[in-house]
Amino acid sequence: MRLITHNMLKCHVKNCTDPDKQFPLRFKDVQLEQIDAERNDEFLVRMLPRIDWPALSKTTKELDITLPETVPGNPEDDEEFLQALHTAILETHIKQGSMLCDGCGHEYKITNGIPNMLLAEHEI
Amino acid sequence: MSRPEHIAPPELFYNDTEAKKYTSNSRIAAIQAEMTLRAVELLSLGDDGPYYLLDIGCGSGLSGEILDEDGHVWAGMDIAPSMLDIAADKDVEGDLFLQDIGQGMGFRPGTFDGAISISVLQWLCNADKKENKPRYRLQRFFSTLFMSLQRGARAIFQFYPENDLQIEMIMGIAMKCGFTGGLVADYPNSKKARKFYLCLFAGQAAPGQKQDLPKGLGSDEADNGIAYTDSRIQTQRRGKTSRKSVKDTASWILHKKELSRKRGKEGVPLDSKYTGRKRKPKF
Repeated sequence: MRLITHNMLKCHVKNCTDPDKQFPLRFKDVQLEQIDAERNDEFLVRMLPRIDWPALSKTTKELDITLPETVPGNPEDDEEFLQALHTAILETHIKQGSMLCDGCGHEYKITNGIPNMLLAEHEI
Repeated sequence: MSRPEHIAPPELFYNDTEAKKYTSNSRIAAIQAEMTLRAVELLSLGDDGPYYLLDIGCGSGLSGEILDEDGHVWAGMDIAPSMLDIAADKDVEGDLFLQDIGQGMGFRPGTFDGAISISVLQWLCNADKKENKPRYRLQRFFSTLFMSLQRGARAIFQFYPENDLQIEMIMGIAMKCGFTGGLVADYPNSKKARKFYLCLFAGQAAPGQKQDLPKGLGSDEADNGIAYTDSRIQTQRRGKTSRKSVKDTASWILHKKELSRKRGKEGVPLDSKYTGRKRKPKF
């Protein structure tokens, strides 16, 4: 799973609705893998408003990935920024580990790059 | 052959053997690819380059590969681990999730530019555990999906409806969750080629911008059958009237009686106003 999708994930357990806690999901014991991907600047610029930058900053810090603290004023012209963004969100894959929700404590395990989002009977 | 969703829940039906069979079958792969292309066409995405899409029930990645070819960035989810393993082995570029869509989506509002789903929705209508669960699950699915889509985005579901009641249930719940849209049928008159696509619109991109339901393929040849049957009925009617014979009319009876008298037959009854009168049916 790439970081761009992780930035969109929130906990969907019943009654876990505190927006500060259910998102972003905190990583635990993760193994990363970098896989090259073709860069598309139009896509990156279009997705920028949708990405929650504070959450992405927090996550990349946890994973020791470098990313600017704030989005620059003119992102479409900032080559360095776009490249850093592309590497961080589209080329970084989480292969193993788990994600924790600070709101309800549910742990989503990740095996072979596939997170397990299945909920128990009492969480639906 | 009975419908797959009546045999077992999807995570059990698509075990390792079945998953491998499904993916390596070239006929199935070709049909899935064709339906994916049609679903992407119905999505009516703009020309501004790749989009961020959701593949609901991505399975072994047959539909995902088509999205990869168009350069889209996508995330997919499925409930059958065996199918997802095959997709992972195929190195599809999308992000895969082991997820039960009936439990709801876990994405922030306005995440995706569109969603497709190939041959999945009928699986959600089955009561694998309890009676009223399918309705609740459908509601949870559609309401969370609605939120996860950008305003004006579409969700296209190719599926195999069991009957009209099922279609009504699905559409009713989708509408209640805020979706507009309807069912598009391709080649509606052919039993084999017929395909159904549920096209749902998640609101409008801009206020007042109405979205039109796309037209189904092969729907222009629908009216040709009726003229032929009309003309057949007409010839039948003409045939019936001409077949009615002269015999038994009153004038024929009088003529025959006259002939008998001329031939010298004795005992021919006299003619009166009662000759050749219509009798009651009991005669």
